[in-house]
Amino acid sequence: MTTTSRRRALLWIAPALLLVLALMYVPLLQNIRLSFYNWSIFDQEMNFVGLKNYRQALADPFLGTALRNNIAYALVSVVVQVGFGLVLASLLDRFATGRLQGFLRSVYFLPATISMTVTGVLFTFVYDPNAGILNAALEAIGLDSLTRAWLAEPSTAMGSIIAMSQWQWTGYITALLLVAIQRIPTEMYEAASLDGAGPVHQFFAITVPLTREMVAILSLVTVSNALLLFNEVIVMTNGGPNNSTQVLGTIVYQNAFVNDRMGYAATMSTLVLALTMGLGIAQLLWTRRKRVSL
Amino acid sequence: MTTTASTTNSSARPQQPTARARRGAGRPSTLSARVVRIAVWALLALMAIGVLYPLFWMVSSSFKTSTEIFASPWALPSSLSPESFVTAWERGVFQYFVNSVLITIGSLVLVLALGTAAAFALTKLNLPFATPITLLILGGLMISPTMILVPVFQLMIALHLHDTLLGMVLVYTAYRLPFTIFLIRAYMITLPDEVIEASMIDGASLLQTFWRIVIPLCRPVLVSAGLVYVLFAWNEFPFALVLLNDPSLKTLPVGLLDFKSALQTDWSVLFAGLTLAALPMIVLFVAAQRTFVRGLADGMGK
Repeated sequence: MTTTSRRRALLWIAPALLLVLALMYVPLLQNIRLSFYNWSIFDQEMNFVGLKNYRQALADPFLGTALRNNIAYALVSVVVQVGFGLVLASLLDRFATGRLQGFLRSVYFLPATISMTVTGVLFTFVYDPNAGILNAALEAIGLDSLTRAWLAEPSTAMGSIIAMSQWQWTGYITALLLVAIQRIPTEMYEAASLDGAGPVHQFFAITVPLTREMVAILSLVTVSNALLLFNEVIVMTNGGPNNSTQVLGTIVYQNAFVNDRMGYAATMSTLVLALTMGLGIAQLLWTRRKRVSL
Repeated sequence: MTTTASTTNSSARPQQPTARARRGAGRPSTLSARVVRIAVWALLALMAIGVLYPLFWMVSSSFKTSTEIFASPWALPSSLSPESFVTAWERGVFQYFVNSVLITIGSLVLVLALGTAAAFALTKLNLPFATPITLLILGGLMISPTMILVPVFQLMIALHLHDTLLGMVLVYTAYRLPFTIFLIRAYMITLPDEVIEASMIDGASLLQTFWRIVIPLCRPVLVSAGLVYVLFAWNEFPFALVLLNDPSLKTLPVGLLDFKSALQTDWSVLFAGLTLAALPMIVLFVAAQRTFVRGLADGMGK
């Protein structure tokens, strides 16, 4: 191609490559090694314990709670953010044009720009049993019986966190889906409409199949993000009440930096790595299968 | 066929001859179509209100006193006194703000510089082992903070970079390089090699070519990749939580937690602090959202 030597080309990529290797890949491998040891921040001596941490982890009752919570978050997010987001994006595409469409898209997108600490703290106020606007709104429409301390009751705490995330991220996914919808040639809708297909039929016959690639990517992104769930939980409930909102991220964090069980935390991290790799492999198989479309 | 279609679209805006404006099949000629239209608009408007109201509540409560907030959460503030903002600013938000700005800008420059150079090597230079290197870098997309929190903490302590802004800059840069390279690379592949070759034949060095030809051509993707990055760095939480202990070094997302526990029930000042923390990104993204969304969608869709 160009006249550069191969060695000079390596120089161009070396800083980025070294940084990624040193601060991402080396820790990733180191983490696997650490998961076979026990040690604490104060006592740096490391004791090899073999698979003990793994046996303990698999019997850890919080792991089950965490997996359930992460999966619930993933399922709700895919249905609401990607599923409802696609409907919302088509409605925006079909009913709102020009400036109005841009305005609504910006409004829906807005919460995604805000730190999850900010939205988390904000929603602890929204959910507050005394001065929060959720209970106030329920009372205003006569649903007093539904009011409760949303984040303080184990039965509603996780749902409240998940609900907040839908508020925050649906508009973001919608904006990306809107781009995908707008790549569909208008002629396809015109032809379908001439053939007598109604809007709902057009949605399922044209919009859904032709945005399949973006939908698949965004579903995967959403599910991966569900595994990373951490910030909102730390801010809103810190895993409580009664450990009902523990997720994989909080288990890793609390074991390492609160309970000072570094090796055990590394074990939990390795389980997260295994789950993510499973997802990655599933995605590879999936994309290979559907590469034919478009 | 096109004529038939466009005559049924008299309501399309004349200045918007794009495909978008002509989408509306089945115009509201019938009653049921009109009902559908009203229902859709009600839904879209309700969504907008539902999204905006909590944010509006946050801003308007910052102007109220805490007593007013508890007495009547819905009421509008009686005055627009910025007192709570001043208190919030002085009680830590300013310091967190400065730290967030320093870390965000420092790492933005680094991630774009290293990312562009790397993408250039991957797409336009005669790089040995290009395929395995590409796979290695893109494989980094799967690594998340949860997987490496403990060893990164250890490593930063060992390197004396724990509790330093430099340490944060390096960790953020490394964590986001894969995605940044992924976005820039997808764009750079589409640039014709001839432009670069022509510049080299004209006697420019590789560095000059990169600086004068490649960077200007990549401007659109650098802007959107930069925006994606700024949004990440400003809001990043897990690494900052683990790697920053010194209160004077904390960024907004972690500093606000201290701020919250220090203020307890002073909701007015808390709301003001939240508003101040959220404001820069809201302003930036209202201004640049289109670029951001397109850039991200292009990166993901290709």
